[in-house]
Amino acid sequence: MYALQKVDKKFPGVHALKAIDFQVGRGEIVGLVGENGAGKSTLMKVIYGAYQPDGGQILVDGKSVRFANPRQAMERGIGMVFQEQSLIANLTVMENIFLGYEQQFVRWGVINWREMAEAARHQLAKVKLDIDPATVTSSLSFAQRQLVELAKVLTLEERVEGHLVILLDEPTSVLSSEEVQLLFRLIRELTARASFIFVSHRMDEVMEISDRIYVLKDGQVVDVVSRGGSSAETIQHKMVGRNVNKEYYREQRQKPFDSSRTLVELDGVSLPGRVTDISLKLHAGEVLCIVGTEGSGREAILRTIYGMRTPVEGRVLIKGQEVTSFSPRTAASLGVGYVPRERKIEGIVAGMSVYENMTLSQLGRHSSGGVLKLAEEKALARDWIKRLSIKAHSEHADCGNLSGGNQQKVVLAKWRSGGSDIMLLDHPTRGLDIGAKEDVYEMIRDMSDAAVGIVLVADTLEEAIGLAHTIIVVKDGRIQKTFGATSGVKPTPFDLLHHMI
Amino acid sequence: MSTSASDTAAQGRVAMQQTRAFRRPSRETLIRWAPLLVLIALVVVFTAINPAFLSLRNFGRIAIASTPALMVAIGVTFIIVMGSIDLSMEGTIAVCACVFAYFFLSWGGTLLSTAWVAIPLTLLLGAVLGLLNGLVHVLLRIPSFMASLAMGFVGIGLAILITRGEKFLIEDEVFRGLVTYRVLGFPIMVYLALAALVVAWFIQSYTRLGRNFYAVGGGEELAHASGLDVRRVRVMGFMLAGVFYALAALFAVGRLGVAESVSGANFMFVSITSVVVGGVALWGGIGGVWNALVGVLIVNVINNGMVVIGLPDFLQDGVLGFLVIVAVVLSTDRRSVSFVK
Repeated sequence: MYALQKVDKKFPGVHALKAIDFQVGRGEIVGLVGENGAGKSTLMKVIYGAYQPDGGQILVDGKSVRFANPRQAMERGIGMVFQEQSLIANLTVMENIFLGYEQQFVRWGVINWREMAEAARHQLAKVKLDIDPATVTSSLSFAQRQLVELAKVLTLEERVEGHLVILLDEPTSVLSSEEVQLLFRLIRELTARASFIFVSHRMDEVMEISDRIYVLKDGQVVDVVSRGGSSAETIQHKMVGRNVNKEYYREQRQKPFDSSRTLVELDGVSLPGRVTDISLKLHAGEVLCIVGTEGSGREAILRTIYGMRTPVEGRVLIKGQEVTSFSPRTAASLGVGYVPRERKIEGIVAGMSVYENMTLSQLGRHSSGGVLKLAEEKALARDWIKRLSIKAHSEHADCGNLSGGNQQKVVLAKWRSGGSDIMLLDHPTRGLDIGAKEDVYEMIRDMSDAAVGIVLVADTLEEAIGLAHTIIVVKDGRIQKTFGATSGVKPTPFDLLHHMI
Repeated sequence: MSTSASDTAAQGRVAMQQTRAFRRPSRETLIRWAPLLVLIALVVVFTAINPAFLSLRNFGRIAIASTPALMVAIGVTFIIVMGSIDLSMEGTIAVCACVFAYFFLSWGGTLLSTAWVAIPLTLLLGAVLGLLNGLVHVLLRIPSFMASLAMGFVGIGLAILITRGEKFLIEDEVFRGLVTYRVLGFPIMVYLALAALVVAWFIQSYTRLGRNFYAVGGGEELAHASGLDVRRVRVMGFMLAGVFYALAALFAVGRLGVAESVSGANFMFVSITSVVVGGVALWGGIGGVWNALVGVLIVNVINNGMVVIGLPDFLQDGVLGFLVIVAVVLSTDRRSVSFVK
């Protein structure tokens, strides 16, 4: 009843979806799995109308449709239950459920609250949630909010003729196992009125609930598995299976690190929240990759080393010195550099020039008595523009106008030029095209040669394996396993995935 | 194979940058120079309507009227570049003007006596008020507009307390020489203001503090992640602004010869209008003290020009308000801003 035919979606530098064929039958529960970056979220956005495909068509009940926005998709019965909960916390449950559709309760310009509460109660009954619709949303538990979100989407039943398609994006990520079972029972009951697309990285859950599973890799559907047609392991193999090009990750340039010099040591570190008992060591010249699913605590570990998070337990030692006050200032002064994932927010200042960005973290070194030594700054920038072959017309170029790869080089130059010898890289290749990615890999090897210790959260498992000396797998905030990954004895993606999910 | 792929990719990137380089700057350059073009156009229009507008005498008048406003505008420019807003200027100016007048009069009433000490004292007072302002904003985590607005009211109250509702008259001829003694047709205070402008420009372009203002305004999280002490930068910004407000107070007293609790009146609207019209972006990171100068001149040329061509003065505020909206509309790339709060 709902189908995608040869759907294509391109972004600058990325071919996100390649001729996707996808079908959901009446009352069917379809699973959708894939690695980070495989194209799951793009596909979902196409389905619920946030993105418009560049090629191919969308069929609802056999008729070709085109949605300009999510609301139009909703009017055809396609609803989305968001992973990051989309309820507005300071509104009541009923206001959230009917947000944007209050008109039906309005008489003479005034909302009839009693009528809305009645209607909301009806929706909440569908998801078996017994709460007062006038409750303020922020006072609900995560599980309750998830159900309210589902109830909100189910209002489509009354509004839309015909069958519904409901997308569930990681609906179980904040639920306990009993709550998950409750949700699954509910979903199965609701298949009388709706079909579901279930997106999750928890393989066991996907296999339990889905009638069919689509496996996505590199923007393509690599397999469609029917219930019981395949084991979790085979599916996982299909998710990652790909020939790793050793040359691509510059494996021939990987040299043994200097295990006698420890740069960073985490000793039983726990953070508020999920991250517990993390111990690791980073040596000079080592590339240490932290792998795990989104929300497993990878970034939190990185941010702790950089002083942006303060541990509640355990010790952090940087170059043998115990860190007592956690702030980026302290970390930076100890030689730690941080390349954040959100380049635009924490990496570069658009509007400031290349040289201003490069010296931002080390202005103390380029000024005397508060007065800047501009000539020195510019010379340094020119030098690094040459060393990293940054494509900018000069050191005065506005960083906001550089391509993603060149912005990334500026961020790296910022830390390296200041003499940082501990680099924390959070998805350094995210959003870069292949050529720029290779430049970043090249730079990582250069830094290793210069005895810089690198902690990396990679974009894909292959990247982690290709680049790392050591791989740490984290799951739910705990270290599951540590792999040695020097050239020749590298683990396979499957080995890692096994411990990740 | 992989090299050729990266080559094409590299060429693609270069090509993309070039097309950008051709398109982008045209818009950016236009926005950058628009305020100056507007200023020139205004002068031309007013001169065409009444040639008397284009005279040294009239330009002198414009310059005198602009001087205190320029100091306020420079001060608030630093704050706006940081992405904050300061609305305390009227209170700060009132306190500074009254305190200056009080001590100036009680220590001799002429610059030739020890009363000159009142001048550095006033500048120091401006810094202290700015410091308080910044500390309230940063330590109590109150949004800058609210913290500074509240501090501004406190300042006005304080000024009334000092003056007990009276006016202080400064009749010292040496001090009034600021406005009466002319060089090349312009009074001495205009040159002093230009000197202050140069100092402000130096701070903006050649000091760590100035660079940090832009970093905080361009990306506060990034500045923090780069190891900058953002809170310190903010407090320093408010302090610096306070010093310039104090300078404005001195010029305002020099110009009128009077200090009273309403000495700061109207500076909030005029200075922020000027800064925005001059092309400093309200969300921070863009613009600088030269924009403030051009903005102040635009506002004062309009005020003066409307009198010269004989339009009623009640139209002036309306025209200025309209101009602010036009300036913001023109300078914002509103496609990139989905929601405005």
